[in-house]
Amino acid sequence: MSRTDDNWLLRVRNLTKIYGEPNENTLNMTGPLFNSNICPETDAIVACADISFDLYPGEVLGIVGESGSGKSTVVRLLYFDMEKTAGSAFLKPYNSGLANILEESNQKKRFIRNHLMGMVYQNPRDGLNFRFSSGGNIAEKLIMAGNMNVGQIRGRASELLEKTEVPVQRMDDRPSSFSGGMQQRVQISKAIANNPPLLFLDEVTTGLDVSVQAKVLDLIRELQQDLGIAMIVVSHDLSVIRMLTDRTIVLKDGRIVESGLTDQILQDPQHEYSQLLVSSLL
Amino acid sequence: MNILEVNDLSKIFNLHILKNKKIEALKEISFTMKEGEIIGLTGKSGSGKSSLMKCIYRTYLASSGEIIYASQDGSIDMVKADDHRIIELRKTEINYCSQFLSVIPRVSAVDVVCENLFRIEKNKTRAREQAKEMLEQLGLPSDLWDAFPVTFSGGEQQRINVARAIIAGPRFLLIDEPTASLDARTKDIVIDMIVDLKRNGTSVLCISHDEYTLDRLVDRRIELQTGRITAVEMDGVEV
Repeated sequence: MSRTDDNWLLRVRNLTKIYGEPNENTLNMTGPLFNSNICPETDAIVACADISFDLYPGEVLGIVGESGSGKSTVVRLLYFDMEKTAGSAFLKPYNSGLANILEESNQKKRFIRNHLMGMVYQNPRDGLNFRFSSGGNIAEKLIMAGNMNVGQIRGRASELLEKTEVPVQRMDDRPSSFSGGMQQRVQISKAIANNPPLLFLDEVTTGLDVSVQAKVLDLIRELQQDLGIAMIVVSHDLSVIRMLTDRTIVLKDGRIVESGLTDQILQDPQHEYSQLLVSSLL
Repeated sequence: MNILEVNDLSKIFNLHILKNKKIEALKEISFTMKEGEIIGLTGKSGSGKSSLMKCIYRTYLASSGEIIYASQDGSIDMVKADDHRIIELRKTEINYCSQFLSVIPRVSAVDVVCENLFRIEKNKTRAREQAKEMLEQLGLPSDLWDAFPVTFSGGEQQRINVARAIIAGPRFLLIDEPTASLDARTKDIVIDMIVDLKRNGTSVLCISHDEYTLDRLVDRRIELQTGRITAVEMDGVEV
């Protein structure tokens, strides 16, 4: 409202990604009402469409939905892993939030990514270079952000590994010799290495043992509290969403079907699909 | 000044997955609350007390009506306000203490209590000291302070819950059955703590079934029955 209206960090408007050849009916004939994201006329696939939201500094936003609902697509578009079909995104610390970052040159996108964003993927292989040591991976991110002093880089890398409870003695080992939970923690260290104001977390605990999952979640919560990083947490797991987020967006067939405070989504879901999701929670 | 004005509030749950079954939880609820007042919400289980409280806190979305809250930055309708504004109010003014403790796993009792305090007291050691003092007053054994509350008994959890809700001195407190599973002595301590809050200007909406708590704590009562207000006490008279 009045006081906080313009306080956003990331503003996303009508973000859309379509694979194949859409025609003028594609968007009108897909989505939750049709229970499908495939255009019946052209077979184009609508991965996500008309996604709009504001993320505030230090806020944690959850994106939930079943496999194929478009959750990961949203963050991958914002992290420039994929090209959008339509829509815009503005990031306050970049050009005072006036430029649509999705339409910047590749060079500028790299700058934004290296200085203002971090990403943690479900699969550590997507976020880490397995041919480099764990310290080398962190160094890579720091070098890309313009840090050239070897001493400083090693110092920062060991500080991060310590923070994420990866034994510093193993800084020069390759992540391939680490356990899944440890690889994930190295990936988190790398993602936050240059203190980005914005972090994307894509199903980061999926596939880990429950106790390892718990440690990774605790780490994320701690980082959020201590560093005040704004985060977008993509997960199909409502317990992860409940534990980490303030606000939640529910996606189905590439569209937002509901958004609200996380406790409201969990205790008073409005949309049929959100009700189904919540009632499926163990 | 009124801190809260509820006008013609209703709440209907529409359960899509049960063939659109509709449950009417609240009907035509209207009342006002003065700043610094403690109001007791009474009524049988299922009469809508907790639903009303959750609508005010926005955990439930009201179906119609208004909930005007006089925030420090001006009046705001909690039914329609932007999510970010609500998050802000929850961090700075309004606190909700549910009937049962729900906490993030693997956080120690002391840190659970400090959750809201850490926002205003940046020195974590000092915040923890303050939390320990409060837990001491509430008679929670000191060897539990660093343990995880998930495994605590009902009464122990309740004390953590109450301590967390009141330690940072919220401006408006919604509290659900604060004394339900406590012994007589601890009950008195909790009541005294809430009365202390009131002295410092906090307005409190309190659900309770306990006559003793209501007698000692509240300025007046509002009674609910099947989702409607059936009795409102004003200046000691039922109207």
